[in-house]
Amino acid sequence: MNINLTIIGQAIAFFLFVVFCMKYVWPPITGALAERKKKIAEGLDAADRAERDLKLAQEKAADDMRASKEEAAAIIEQANKRANQIVEEAKEQAREEANRVKASAEAEIEQEINRAKEALRAQVGALAIAGAEKILEASVDEKAHAKLVEKLAAEL
Amino acid sequence: MASGTVTSSEYISHHLTNLTFGYHEKTDSWRFVNTDPANGELALPHEFGFWAVNVDTLLWSIGLGLLFMWLFRKVAKSVTSGVPGGGQNFVETIIEFVDDNVKGIFHHKNPVIAPLSLTIFVWVFLMNLMDLVPIDWVPYIFNEMGVHYMKIVPTTDVNATGGMALSVFALIVYYSIKQKGIGGFIKELSFQPLPKIFAPFNLFLEVVGLLAKPVSLALRLFGNMYAGEMIFILIALLPFWAQWVLSVPWAIFHILVITLQAFIFMVLTIVYLAMAHDDH
Repeated sequence: MNINLTIIGQAIAFFLFVVFCMKYVWPPITGALAERKKKIAEGLDAADRAERDLKLAQEKAADDMRASKEEAAAIIEQANKRANQIVEEAKEQAREEANRVKASAEAEIEQEINRAKEALRAQVGALAIAGAEKILEASVDEKAHAKLVEKLAAEL
Repeated sequence: MASGTVTSSEYISHHLTNLTFGYHEKTDSWRFVNTDPANGELALPHEFGFWAVNVDTLLWSIGLGLLFMWLFRKVAKSVTSGVPGGGQNFVETIIEFVDDNVKGIFHHKNPVIAPLSLTIFVWVFLMNLMDLVPIDWVPYIFNEMGVHYMKIVPTTDVNATGGMALSVFALIVYYSIKQKGIGGFIKELSFQPLPKIFAPFNLFLEVVGLLAKPVSLALRLFGNMYAGEMIFILIALLPFWAQWVLSVPWAIFHILVITLQAFIFMVLTIVYLAMAHDDH
């Protein structure tokens, strides 16, 4: 157990090692440790947040789904109603149109009948007169024929 | 390796002799230690004065210190806050262990304490670890190369532990004065534990207590390692086929001892420096 210069040498070596450790070893490693701690904390935070967001999103999605289903049902109902209405309207229109066409056709027929009656009447008159003339050529019995002509004209 | 030509006491003293180099008064020359007449002129260890160095102690301690610095620096350079690799994991474990201890004991702001503690813990541990290298291997190799003395466990040399303890003592004094001023430091030493009237007595008591800190630090580590080494040497004197019966349990027990001693040195340093920072 001799104390000698070694003790000073050892102290110097110790000092240098401590300084080296303090400058180049300790700060980077503890820095990395602190940084990792922060990262992990942030990661956990983010996970929590994401979970919360997910739950919110799921709720929102369910809400949206329900709302759109309701909307869709309403639209379908409305569409059905509208379709019925259109069909009804179309039927009504068709009926009206048919009535109108029928009415005009009847009017035309009436007109046609009247016109034919007129024409017939004129022709019958002429024919009667012609027949009368023929008869007159043969034997004119004015009395008998006048009765006949009168009767004919009344019948027309 | 108790060969026939070497007696037990020669073997023991050979293993306990540092490779000292220095001024040897008897022969009036600068030379290495020599306890064996067969190797030339005698120069016994105690004949060297203060102006000598234990080459083996310095060599191994500085070598181990450099190994420690290199290892940790390598990790520190490639350190990542992402997923750490094996080396970084190992280093981080040690650093967190040291940091936890420092934070638990030392409550002031001082960027020196934690790296200082780390250096003490790892360096002392590595120096102690050399104790587990079978005691004849390295000395045998050096002996073959013509170097007759080689103690590879620096902490079995009181100079190594003393050097560290002295540095710690310097830090204690430095921080005491820095925190409390020179007057405050002297006041702290004089005005307690007894009332102010007994100041000289208090001063004497406290100075003894103060000086006991580095001495106990140095001698505790030195004593433990020296004794452990001694046991290994004694076990090595047994017949080679019987040595394992004792050396294996002792080595396993010693794994605990070397870690514990490194830890104690570190914790006491932190405690002493925390006391130096505290105002009483």
